[in-house]
Amino acid sequence: MGDGTEVDVGELEEMARRCRVDIVKMTHAAKSGHPGGSLSSIDCMVALYGTCLRFDTSNPDWDDRDRFIMSKGHASPAMYSILHQMGVLDEDDIMGFRTLGSVCQGHVDMNWTKGVDFSAGSLGMGLSFGLGCALSAKMDSSQRRIWVMLGDGETQEGQIWEAAMAANYHNATNLRVIVDRNRIQNDDFMDVQMEIGDIGEKFRSFGWTVKEVDGHDMSSLVDVVDWANSEDGGPVAIVANTIKGNGVSFMENNPSFHGKAPNDEELRIALEELS
Amino acid sequence: MSAPTSGGASRDGYGKGLLRIAEDPRVVVLEADLGKSTKSCHFRDEYPDRTVSLGIAEQNMMLVAAGMASSGKIPFASTFAIFTERAFEQVRNGIARPGLPVHICGSHGGIHTGTDGSSAQSIEDLAVYRTIPKMTVIHPCDDISAEELTAQLLDLNGPSYMRTARNKVPRMYEDGSNLRIGSGSVLREGGDLAIISCGVMVGVAISAAETLSNEGISCTVVDMHTIKPIDVELIAELSESCGAFVTAEDHSVIGGLGGALAEWLSTNTSTPLEMVGVRDSFGQSGGSSELMDLMGLNEAGICEAARRAISRK
Repeated sequence: MGDGTEVDVGELEEMARRCRVDIVKMTHAAKSGHPGGSLSSIDCMVALYGTCLRFDTSNPDWDDRDRFIMSKGHASPAMYSILHQMGVLDEDDIMGFRTLGSVCQGHVDMNWTKGVDFSAGSLGMGLSFGLGCALSAKMDSSQRRIWVMLGDGETQEGQIWEAAMAANYHNATNLRVIVDRNRIQNDDFMDVQMEIGDIGEKFRSFGWTVKEVDGHDMSSLVDVVDWANSEDGGPVAIVANTIKGNGVSFMENNPSFHGKAPNDEELRIALEELS
Repeated sequence: MSAPTSGGASRDGYGKGLLRIAEDPRVVVLEADLGKSTKSCHFRDEYPDRTVSLGIAEQNMMLVAAGMASSGKIPFASTFAIFTERAFEQVRNGIARPGLPVHICGSHGGIHTGTDGSSAQSIEDLAVYRTIPKMTVIHPCDDISAEELTAQLLDLNGPSYMRTARNKVPRMYEDGSNLRIGSGSVLREGGDLAIISCGVMVGVAISAAETLSNEGISCTVVDMHTIKPIDVELIAELSESCGAFVTAEDHSVIGGLGGALAEWLSTNTSTPLEMVGVRDSFGQSGGSSELMDLMGLNEAGICEAARRAISRK
């Protein structure tokens, strides 16, 4: 790492495994939710939270923390699993996912959950919100960085590109995007619904610095978030090539697990595979 | 006929209000290529480092404002009233739901906007934003009140929408007048009928009250600049003392000031209410006064409504 700290990739992989267990357990308990896109994005999030994101688990509201904006807010199980594994949420919190009064709302919500920086649910809004956080940090001469997790399907929303244009124009050097490129959206594969093409090239055309990475190779992910964290020439996008449902065989590359919870038997198999 | 050339336009008051609170370093201004029209340009001239141009991209502007509010800023984001509506879902989900103190100003609202035609004449903005939980909705009548209410937004710990108007109208207030967000301002007192008005219709209501007084009808006139939360204490009081209401607004009669009054009156009293406003139709190009006459948003329209309301007592 840039700060000289040794990173134990194995430990991060183990954390990602435990997060995956949380994801399938909480969606099973809720009998609803979005396991597919949670499982595709979780390795990127573990690489980030486990290394360079400045976040104090004992004080999640710390003003000068880095921000993590979960723009694809339906992948809330990934967010809650991270917060659980870091000790911000407890087991009861995450197992109450989607139930009345639960701190784990269906889509991530900054008013309900400690450690959540954005109230999502409508796709296409998080990058703009992150840009607002980034511009404020620069006005305050703060070193905090703003990370935004986007879904690839979400980039079909025009507002993403309004924000991409504005981020470079306003020289948002403290803004970082991770695109979870799992190639599946709600109804079907993206190349059936609306293929967007080379997402990285589109960010580049708006003046962003872009790298692609295998979104499930923890060692590569640690390197790329470290690189992105230390870049200061402009906004940075990481296009993480991922597999929807990654880690659970029958969910992998299966559009039907975008927004469907595992049943009892599927949970048993999933937990066996993740053991 | 054309719009009055003397007096003040509420959009000018917004611009001055921003300058009044500019010393607070939390205040930031966001624009979508219409700063010269909404009058945020004066803030930009003085404080370019705290002004963010987002280009012609209103949806992005609303969420950038939300992100800044979440980081301790107090953003004021303006564009034309109609273009704020393009970002309705952004305002609803990105600003109001988390309760972030973002203050949206939609200028050039209403039929009064005139020659640009129906595409620019937002007649539903007050209704649209009134339906969103946590939103404060304001529509000042002149530049002086707009300046004061804009300045008061600094201390409002939640989201707001303020509609301002393009054209100058006769001033209803003097500098230093006492008005507060959430409290209707009684501009004239009378015992037969209360005319509850907002925006450019306040001055018209005052003229109508004068005409009605010649017929022996004594009217209270209220500038209900805050549409939400509406001043129910004042409405209850006037329901008792006047016993009949007319609302007057440059907005659809569906869901705006008239709608707000109707909701409260129908569930709490049997006091008659007549509404003057746009009758579920779009406008067209034309001079402000010509259009207002065409739509019945004039003194005669208020007087007729007043007579109907009184006959229903």
